[in-house]
Amino acid sequence: MKHYIDLKNLLCPMPVIRVQNKLNELNTGDILDAECTDPGTLHDIPTWCRINGHEVLEIKEEETIFFSIKKN
Amino acid sequence: MQNIHKENNPKKAIALISGGLDSMLAAKLLLEQNIHVEGINFFTGFCVEGHTHAIRKKDKNKAKRNNALWVAEQLGIKLHIIDIVEEYKDIVINPKHGYGANLNPCLDCKIFMLKKAHEWIKANNFDFIITGEVIGQRPKSQRKACMPIVAEKSGAEDLLLRPLSALNLELTKPELEGWVDREKLLGFTGRSRKPQFALAEKFNIEDYAQPAGGCCFLTDKAYSNKLQDLWTNRNSKHYELDDIMLLKVGRHIRPKDNFKIIVAREEGENNFLQGYKKNFISLELENTGGPIALIDGKIESDQDLELACKILGRFSKAESNDIVETKVTFKPEEGAIKSKIVQTHPFKAEEVLEAWYLK
Repeated sequence: MKHYIDLKNLLCPMPVIRVQNKLNELNTGDILDAECTDPGTLHDIPTWCRINGHEVLEIKEEETIFFSIKKN
Repeated sequence: MQNIHKENNPKKAIALISGGLDSMLAAKLLLEQNIHVEGINFFTGFCVEGHTHAIRKKDKNKAKRNNALWVAEQLGIKLHIIDIVEEYKDIVINPKHGYGANLNPCLDCKIFMLKKAHEWIKANNFDFIITGEVIGQRPKSQRKACMPIVAEKSGAEDLLLRPLSALNLELTKPELEGWVDREKLLGFTGRSRKPQFALAEKFNIEDYAQPAGGCCFLTDKAYSNKLQDLWTNRNSKHYELDDIMLLKVGRHIRPKDNFKIIVAREEGENNFLQGYKKNFISLELENTGGPIALIDGKIESDQDLELACKILGRFSKAESNDIVETKVTFKPEEGAIKSKIVQTHPFKAEEVLEAWYLK
């Protein structure tokens, strides 16, 4: 199942915390799309996913920063 | 000492990870004993972290990393980041053990974080808690006399192990039960960092954060002064996350009791303040280059507005005999006029009185 979370205008570490808390509610295999504006997320969200065993499927940098994350 | 834990039944510890060296070393010591360690990090809103580097463009060459995440990755452990912004307000506003040199409620903070960590281990079936505390490292919260107080008042009691100073402290349950080998723990004391640096070298840890004054803005004199000013002029110690974030950014200048002006210092701060325009009266220069500014407080007259514009003009490219046009945009609820242009001569540097700067 696909989910979306709007993290625009939040500064790190809040986007990481929101991703963490949302993933905790999801089932294994679910996809979470997260939209951010803080450039710090480019480092922090992939790092958090790596150390906690989740997979970043896609990162797109346009007007906002978009992550697609698979819960493992 | 009883048997050291069996490999097939590893005990689980949660490590308070600040992002600094001491908590990293404490966790590493336990990992070396084959303890299952995961990290926990608390976000209070006052943390000195990557976002403050992200705000200020001048810091663009500094790594925009979150140090707690970085430490966890170096150690190969999971990290749980807990938002305690709301609950933490009571610690800052009403610390039972008082403040340190500034508005830092270090002892209450330590007790609170360990209380939250204790709740966490109970909810997640972990066995004990570790911290990077070193006896005598910090003048208030890490005095030897405080260590048992923190353990007791947090409720963690003998489930709290401080691996770096354990040999100078009472035995804890993880030691008594043989979950950890006390002989492999350490007896660091005092403010010197040399033992930590030597241990880091032994573990081949070459890169670590060393924030002066710790990882909390409340230990910073200038930041505390700005927070105290905010409380004094609102007649209340209440604050929101946006308030304490804004105290990290810009020049804060209070020419009168009823308002202060926050002036961006460079492009990164300009961009950051743009995000708050809907919450404040904002000032933007129309006919010259310069920063944007926000007004926090109540503008009581046209003279107040002109004063704010003259202060902003001081930081523009205009000379004092130029006419500077400033676009003033009001908050939506402040009447029918959404914005207007104010024309003023900018202040000379010396006309922005030293006493007005909050620092």
